[in-house]
Amino acid sequence: MPKPELRELPTTPAPAGPARPDINGSSAGQSVRPKKPTRHPDSLKGTIAKVVLLGLVDAFAVYVLMMLFLSQSWAALAVSSLVVLAINWIYLRKGGLPAKYLAPGVLFLLVFQVLVVVFSGYIAFTNYGDGHNSTKDDAISAIQLTAQKRVPDSPAYKASVLTKGNDYYLLFTDPSGKAQIGSTEQPLTEAPDAGKDSTGKATTLPGYQTLKFQEIVASQQEILKITVPVSDNPADGTLRTADGSTAYQFKPALNYDAATDTFTDTETGREYRDNGKGAFADANGETLATGWKIDVGMDNFVRAFTDPSLRGPLLGVILWTFTFSIASVALTFVMGLFLATTFNREDLRGKKVYRILMILPYSFPAFLSGLVWSGILNPEFGWLNQTLLGGANIGWLTDPVLAKISVLVVNVWLGFPYMFLVCTGALQSLPSEIDEAARMDGASAWRVFRSIKLPLLLVSVAPLLISSFAFNFNNFNVIYMLTGGGPRFADTDRDIGSTDILITLVYKVAFGQGTGRDYGLASALAIIIFIIVATISAISFKQTKALEDVN
Amino acid sequence: MKVHNTLATQTTRRVFATGAISVAAALALSACGGSASTAPASAEAKPDLKAAGAGVITMWVDAERSPALKDITEKFKSDAGIEVKLVVKDFAAVRDDFITQVPTGQGPDLIVGPHDWIGKFVQNGVIAPIELGDKAGQFQDSSIKAMTYNGAVYGVPYAIENIALLRNTSIVENKAATFDEVVANGKKAVAEGKATFPFLVGMDPKQADPYHLYPLQASMGSQVFGKNADGGYDAKQLLIGDAAGVEFARKLAAWGDAGEKIINSNITGDIAKEKFLAGESPYFLTGPWNVPDVQKKGIKFAVDELPTTGSQPAQPFIGVNGFFISAKSANALATNEFVTNYLTSESAQDSMYAAGGRPPALKASFTKAASDPVVEAFGKIGSTGVPMPAVPEMSAVWADWGATELAIIKGQGDPAEAWTKMADSIKSKIGG
Repeated sequence: MPKPELRELPTTPAPAGPARPDINGSSAGQSVRPKKPTRHPDSLKGTIAKVVLLGLVDAFAVYVLMMLFLSQSWAALAVSSLVVLAINWIYLRKGGLPAKYLAPGVLFLLVFQVLVVVFSGYIAFTNYGDGHNSTKDDAISAIQLTAQKRVPDSPAYKASVLTKGNDYYLLFTDPSGKAQIGSTEQPLTEAPDAGKDSTGKATTLPGYQTLKFQEIVASQQEILKITVPVSDNPADGTLRTADGSTAYQFKPALNYDAATDTFTDTETGREYRDNGKGAFADANGETLATGWKIDVGMDNFVRAFTDPSLRGPLLGVILWTFTFSIASVALTFVMGLFLATTFNREDLRGKKVYRILMILPYSFPAFLSGLVWSGILNPEFGWLNQTLLGGANIGWLTDPVLAKISVLVVNVWLGFPYMFLVCTGALQSLPSEIDEAARMDGASAWRVFRSIKLPLLLVSVAPLLISSFAFNFNNFNVIYMLTGGGPRFADTDRDIGSTDILITLVYKVAFGQGTGRDYGLASALAIIIFIIVATISAISFKQTKALEDVN
Repeated sequence: MKVHNTLATQTTRRVFATGAISVAAALALSACGGSASTAPASAEAKPDLKAAGAGVITMWVDAERSPALKDITEKFKSDAGIEVKLVVKDFAAVRDDFITQVPTGQGPDLIVGPHDWIGKFVQNGVIAPIELGDKAGQFQDSSIKAMTYNGAVYGVPYAIENIALLRNTSIVENKAATFDEVVANGKKAVAEGKATFPFLVGMDPKQADPYHLYPLQASMGSQVFGKNADGGYDAKQLLIGDAAGVEFARKLAAWGDAGEKIINSNITGDIAKEKFLAGESPYFLTGPWNVPDVQKKGIKFAVDELPTTGSQPAQPFIGVNGFFISAKSANALATNEFVTNYLTSESAQDSMYAAGGRPPALKASFTKAASDPVVEAFGKIGSTGVPMPAVPEMSAVWADWGATELAIIKGQGDPAEAWTKMADSIKSKIGG
């Protein structure tokens, strides 16, 4: 077993750090070095800079904390306060140098990695998605909101908002010009002595104060809540205003009863109950449109492997994902290495030009290249079929097998420059004496390459191959821009095709057309992807340790 | 105050970085905290607008439409003292962001978009109905119908969009009523060497284009959904798989790659446009979005009614753009005032037309805009159209519909069988 040791890339020697003054030098033991006016840790400038910067940070932090306090986000407030306190403690205390270095990185890690991962993990255990978008309270109020139907053929009223003491009243003018007043407690009553404006709208009533628009807006929450019963019979519905100047007669199509937690259809009398799946349903399983988010445990993971529309394609997609990523890494590496070796000759003319040309595909964004290639590969109008193949009608992107090959070819075209760069760097760092010594011993060029150069090269390149595998495993851009995952499988009713890899499948599940958005299932699939990639990377990294023996 | 210092050289950079991070951390955490807190911050009643959280209406709008709303928002500000803040968003992201953000209480009060979003919005409980009262009569019926969902109006329409048949008049002089005549004219033009393609319609390489082909399908009597009592689409009555639909599938195969090649699956929208602009085809089935380029190119063209393929009128799908109010707007009253009394005004609809060039939904504005013959022609065709279904089940329809049409056009398998299978697949998804 080789014992693990710190590995350095052979390309760069470790930079010798500048000589630093005693780090934990106490202010008492001032080392006197009058030669160089270096900035001393306890110099006035340094201290001032530190105070100013930390002050700025704290000022901003206090502002953020105040905003959080005002928006009543207590959890975030508590966490942010702790973070701010921790930062100040780290940078104001003596010693504890490692923490001073590590704090920014750890914070980054927590915010941009851990938090995101934990949140996706949490989503995987809920039914978050279309129709389950928020809390139960939100769903109930949304259902109530949309259940308000205007009473057919009811008149449209002009309305003014009045107050008396602390109560709000609405003063209505019906189309015939009759004025009536009412509030939530007081059904509609006639108000014959109402004063009218030039348009014939009743605006004032003795004993009441009329609100101006500004005042209406300022207390809009209360005014929107006013529901004036049209008569003593609740079946007649209520008058409401949405804009403070017009009112209509509404009647709810569904009534919510908080005690029994049921909605009742006012016409048919059907009852809708909480069905335990985040929706209200009646006895026949008919659900109301709006549901809410609930925790569903392992359901999403079970669905990933049992849902008939997913189960069939999922296995094929996983296999193709592996094929795609392994083949991509292998082909790009072989091609990049071949070109790097070929162009790594001292006496080659125009090396710079070749290299620049070689790196070009790498400099195009994959998004753009994907689109361009999909145009080039169009069966009838594409440049490849029309110009190169003399009008052949080959379905480069429409035939399942050819589409897979095309995706790989384009991905190799996009990826080989990276490998070319990496291998060129690694080759140039190999000492030339090795080459010479091997030649002296009479080894052929191929033998030198296979037995000496390649093993040495792999030491530094292997980790990059693993990361390249992980990258290609989730290479969304190429697939999405080039084929969109198509051509579609015939045996599933989901929009999944033969060039879909796991990540594009997840994207389609999460935001896709066809089945509505399903964040819960998508997160579960994302976790499955993570497990696969993490396992493979861990095993591969263990394997690469063996390569170090050649050193 | 003397602060003990350790690493002067690094301090500045480090503190700076830490500052940035703590800010980011605080912000990120606050965003999370916001989504976790469910209690909406209820505005206390105070006479001061700003303190009440009112005084500013937030509206998400895409870059193209933003300038058109400047005047009307300024007018509203001077009349009512309430600012409408226009937040420019990428159009592609508006729908999903709205659904995601409304429950957190961080969403906008108001957005602009096409009517077929309504179903998803209602399903997710993020949109409030709008009562237009008598004002509904001032709009074109088709636009109000499109904005009506489950018997309530959910948006204020401002523009109607639909496709038509563009004809290059220098290749084919006369209008044709039926699709057969169109095909015959096109073939004649090809035979005479005036054109390369008898007919053009853009096909997505993965999804074909059910939207563009729908008039040909509707004319044969095939529809997607039946209607319920209040005239809205009823997702429980899926009609797409009926005999008329199967008949259309057969026709489609005959027009497709393996048949007459009238409809070519390799001609994408971009290619179709390019070929029409190059004068290589007499016909182009497309919407008003391609007209400006055709005009710029100087092609003499006419906007024809959609050709019939059967006994029914060739109804296009119409898409109606409008304004929607969030269900959790903390500023609902002011927003309603702005939407129902300002955005319905003639001047607002006029300026939206000036920006977008689509036939206005308000009758008075349309009458003015119809002085442009192209707008008039598109508007006239639109008045015969049917609203694109807004029910959330429609998304299940689109995906299968497109993939099946593509397979049929390519001549893969038996069209009737494929069509019936598609209908079954859609049914199982909707029923599920």
